[in-house]
Amino acid sequence: MNRRHLLGLAAGFALALSSTPTLAQDKFIVVASTTSTEQSGLFGHILPAFTKKTGIQVRVVAQGTGQALKTGEQGNADVVFVHDPVAEQKFVDAGFGIDRRLVMYNDFVIVGPKSDPARVANTKDVVAAYKKIAAAKAPFASRGDSSGTHAAELRLWKEADIDVKTAGAGWYRETGSGMGPTLNTASGMNAYAFTDRGTWLSFKNRGDLVIAVQGDVRLFNQYGVMLVNPARHAHVKVAEGKAFMDWITSKEGQDAIATYKIEGEQLFFPNYKPGVNS
Amino acid sequence: MNTISEAFLLSLQMMAQLDPELLRIIGLSLRVSLTAVIIGSIIGLPLGALLALTRFPGRDACIVVLNACMGLPPVVVGLVVYLILSRSGPLGTLGWLFTPAGMVMAQVVLITPIVAALSRQTVADLWVEYEEQLRSLGLTPMKAIATLLWDGRYSLTTAVFAGFGRAIAEVGAIIIVGGNINGFTRTMTTAISLETSRGDLALAMALGIVLLAIAISINAAATAAGNAARRRQGA
Repeated sequence: MNRRHLLGLAAGFALALSSTPTLAQDKFIVVASTTSTEQSGLFGHILPAFTKKTGIQVRVVAQGTGQALKTGEQGNADVVFVHDPVAEQKFVDAGFGIDRRLVMYNDFVIVGPKSDPARVANTKDVVAAYKKIAAAKAPFASRGDSSGTHAAELRLWKEADIDVKTAGAGWYRETGSGMGPTLNTASGMNAYAFTDRGTWLSFKNRGDLVIAVQGDVRLFNQYGVMLVNPARHAHVKVAEGKAFMDWITSKEGQDAIATYKIEGEQLFFPNYKPGVNS
Repeated sequence: MNTISEAFLLSLQMMAQLDPELLRIIGLSLRVSLTAVIIGSIIGLPLGALLALTRFPGRDACIVVLNACMGLPPVVVGLVVYLILSRSGPLGTLGWLFTPAGMVMAQVVLITPIVAALSRQTVADLWVEYEEQLRSLGLTPMKAIATLLWDGRYSLTTAVFAGFGRAIAEVGAIIIVGGNINGFTRTMTTAISLETSRGDLALAMALGIVLLAIAISINAAATAAGNAARRRQGA
C-alpha cells in the first residue's frame, strides 16, 4: 500500500461519512423523552404512522425525566415528552416550555421476590406496603437518578413518613441508573423495586420477581408533552414540533397509543382532553 | 438453555440473516469509529513524531500529560463534548448534538492521545537508530518527521489499531453525545447497553459476539494487507 492508496482510502471514508447521514432526513424533530416510553417499545409502535403521514422523522432521546427536561431547557430538543406533572409545571412556569398537554397515563407497580419477605403481596395500599418493607428491612432497589419514576417513588416514601436517607442503611439501595438497569439489579439481589408497568411488562430478565403491589390510585402515572419555548431557543422547530403534539393528541395518535399491547396487555391509556392540563 | 449458549446461537443466526436494522447499526459503528480513527491518526501521528524529535522546555510534562490522556474516561469526554455541542454551549450552532458528527468528535478526542502517545514511543525508538543518517542528509525537522513516520509505518499500525479498538469498543462517550436514537445514532455498543437495560441479556450478549467478530475481521484484514505490502517490497 503506498501513500496514494492511503490517501484514496481516507478520501473514500470521508465521502462515506459525508454522504450517508443526511439521506432524506431534512425534516426531523428531536424529542427528549423517558426510558419508560422508549424501552417499553411504545415509540416503535406509534411513530411510523406519524412519520408516514407527515414526512417528519422523530429522533427520540430516551433519558430520565429530570435529564429530559434539562435537555429541553438547554434547547437540545424540540419537544419534551415526560411523566412528572410537578416538574413539568415548574418547567412551563419558568418559561422553558409552552403548550403543555396531557397525553396518556399508565401506572406504577411495586415488584418483589415471589417469597415476599415483607409480606406485602396483594396489599392495595402502597403506603402501608412501604412501611412493611421498611420494617422488614427487605432489600429495595431505587432508581436514585432524579427521573420521574424516582420522584414518584420518593413522594410515596415521604407519605409513609420514612426517611430512606437515614432509615435505609443496609437495605435501601440507589442504583443511580435507568428503570431497566434498576430492575436488573433488583432481579439479581431479589429486591423490591418501584417501576412503571410498561417497562415491567417489556422487561425480560425478571428472575424471581413478580408484581407485589398494584391498583392504588396514588400509583397513577401521567405523561405530558410540551414544546420547548421558541422564544428562548430560536432554532426550535415550531411547526414540526406542533405537528407532532397535534398528532399524538388527535384521535389517530390516541388510538395508536391504546392499541399498543404486550402479551395482550395494554401499556398506556390515552387521556388527552382539550384545555385540560393538570 | 443458559443465556450464554442462547447468545451464541442467536449471534450465529444474526450473522446468517443480516437483518437490515442490524446492518445499519453495524454500518454506523464502523463509519463513526473509522472516521474518528482517520482523523485521530492525521492529528496524532505527526503530533507523536513531533514530540519524539523536538526538544523544548516542558516537553517531559507534555509527554506525561499525553500518556495520562490515553486513560481519559469516555463518559467524561462525552460530557465535555456534550456541553460544547449543546445549544447553550460554544459550538451549539453547529447542531451536532445527537448526530453521528458529534459522536465522531467525541471519539477523536478519545483516540488522538492514544495514537499520539504510542507513535511518539515508536518514532523515538526509530530516531535513536536513524538520527545520524538523517542528520547527515541535512533534512529539515518536517522532512525528518515524514521520513520516520513512513519508515515506521508498519510498527505505527499498532498505534492506529489501539485507537480503533478504543473507538469501536467504547459506549460512554457516544451514548451521551449521540443519544442512542433508534435508526440514527444507535451503534453496536449503545444497542448492547439498551438491550441489557431491557433485560434481554441473550440479545445483548449476541450483539456483543457480533461486535467482537467484526473487530477481529477488521484487524485480520488490516494485518493481511500490511503483510502483503511488506512482501511486495521484499522487506
